[in-house]
Amino acid sequence: MTNNMATTTIEMAPDGADHISPPADADLATMLLIRHFELALLDLFARGELHGTTHTCLGQEYVPVALVPLLAERDYVFSNHRGHGHYIARFGDPAGLLAEIMGREGAVCNGVGGSQHIFRDRYLSTGVQGESLPVAAGVALHLKRHEPGALALTYIGDGTWGEGAVYEALNMAALWRLPLLVVVEHNGIAQSTATGAQMAGTIRARAAAFGIAHLRVENSSLTEIRATAGPLVERVRDGAPLVLEFVTHRLGPHSKGDDTRTDAELRQVRAADWHALYSEALGERFAEADAIAAARVTRLVDEVAARPPAVWSKA
Amino acid sequence: MNGRPVRVVENLNSALHECMRADSRLYVLGEDIADPYGGAFKVTRGLSQAHPGRVITTPISENGIVGVAAGLAMAGDAAIVEIMFGDFAGLAFDQVLNFASKSVSMYGRPHPMRLVVRCPSGGNRGYGPTHSQTLLKHFIGIPGLSLFELSPFHDNRTVLAHMLALGEPCVFIEDKVLYTRRTAGDGRVDDLFDYGFLGADDIAPAQVYVDADGDVDCLIVAPGGMAERAMAAMRDLLLHHEISCRLVIPSRLYPVEAEALLGAARRAAYVCVVEESTAGGTWGAEVAHVLHERLWGRLRRPVRLIHSADSVIPTAVHLEREVLVQADTIREAVLADLRGERSPV
Repeated sequence: MTNNMATTTIEMAPDGADHISPPADADLATMLLIRHFELALLDLFARGELHGTTHTCLGQEYVPVALVPLLAERDYVFSNHRGHGHYIARFGDPAGLLAEIMGREGAVCNGVGGSQHIFRDRYLSTGVQGESLPVAAGVALHLKRHEPGALALTYIGDGTWGEGAVYEALNMAALWRLPLLVVVEHNGIAQSTATGAQMAGTIRARAAAFGIAHLRVENSSLTEIRATAGPLVERVRDGAPLVLEFVTHRLGPHSKGDDTRTDAELRQVRAADWHALYSEALGERFAEADAIAAARVTRLVDEVAARPPAVWSKA
Repeated sequence: MNGRPVRVVENLNSALHECMRADSRLYVLGEDIADPYGGAFKVTRGLSQAHPGRVITTPISENGIVGVAAGLAMAGDAAIVEIMFGDFAGLAFDQVLNFASKSVSMYGRPHPMRLVVRCPSGGNRGYGPTHSQTLLKHFIGIPGLSLFELSPFHDNRTVLAHMLALGEPCVFIEDKVLYTRRTAGDGRVDDLFDYGFLGADDIAPAQVYVDADGDVDCLIVAPGGMAERAMAAMRDLLLHHEISCRLVIPSRLYPVEAEALLGAARRAAYVCVVEESTAGGTWGAEVAHVLHERLWGRLRRPVRLIHSADSVIPTAVHLEREVLVQADTIREAVLADLRGERSPV
């Protein structure tokens, strides 16, 4: 396959408050909604009102919000274990997701799937690392044949690159020119293991090995991300797969209280948090939006918690 | 099956052609399946020429291709995957266990997944430890997954169409020696045995018998790949030991088709289940459990399980033969049990 994007790596300017372009109100509201949704989950766990496990995307909320206008309704999105932001950005339905996580009426998958197994319209998440890539490649094959122009996006993390399924899928996607968009949320830590302790080489070089284009984003400014990624995402629709790597930060623990990072490491992560940068850049406007989102989530938790249990009808 | 008996591989091949013609959303994927090679066992011969674009020869990526097939099924297409040697299904286990079968129900409402994973299986061909196994037992008991096995009595045109219509993933075990054998036809097996079905349609379990309705000394339950060996044992037991046997070969192995088996077991003094795998957590144990639960107190003795030896499968022909269940393994097991019963205490 000849592809002049093969070795392309675009590296966007590093983040900082002075680089943040003011976001649209709706985008800011969604990012803050996800932030407070995730904080509420950790609070519910701490109070013993949630069972099992959950993985919050604190620090990564801007990634799916940045991608919303680059995607169409007919595009498939495959999410992973850290997928609440992906779902809320796509559907704007925190109630259905919270009901799913809490096992209450109105749960998007009747309480069966829980936090990491969600299927709605063309959105699907699975709980096993790397598993979704071959599946997304299969869906991309379907789209290429039956709905040309549509794409399959799959979110993975830096840790997911340890799975062989990733490479099997990338190989087939490049070989068959499938409309597959792999979005990597490279937050530098796989559960408790730093990237440097689990990944040799780079994601860029791994994409290049398959002749797959790669874009590395070290920026949380929605306008810039969309302007740079947009044309490459359009090429995906023509059968040029893309690895879109976001250098991002996982603010919270892997799941509930299992963070073994040092205070110094956590201070660094918090300093780089988009929430802090946006707050500094936007001032009063940000504070107002943040308070509105927090209040909305508080009401949501009360409302969903009061619902009766979800009912699973197998027929 | 009507008409001239054909080899099982030809029947399976024509079944694939027929399914592909009948459904323009069906894909066949696998390693080296395209013409002129037509697959390691030639099961897909002619398929890629007849249906270019929907027959996809793939990289050596069992996990990946079952995942791709599951993605097609997820999106409303259907897919049949050939795993070149069933042993390699181990590489695809995650996609079968954690994605394809679970997707039928784990999202809180039924979602049809039309997916068949074909596994050429079994030994007696000298392929050695990693190319001769039957992985059947490792796929038992997975919600949303059905297990079928190739048989000389079941028309694969019916079986494949049935699996695709189920709406849940299926693993299809195909005995590699059986590919080369003739399909059964017109109810006649040979000079001694006839066959029929334990139900209205020809997807029901097949039974092989001398007399369709009478009581027998022994009921043998076995998957299709074991049919030839079981029938050789039955012939010998009847002609040389005056022990009458009936053989039941289900097409669908799991979930166990209890009712048909119960009917057959009620008319036998003794029941044994024969399978090629090693002992431990097997399909035969599932069958035995079903019979014990329902016929406890009516069975004269526990259901006998006949397996291959607890061993890897050696490559050298004479060593392989010693390890795998053969006709004489079955005959000796039945004789030992029935003689034990008949001898005075």
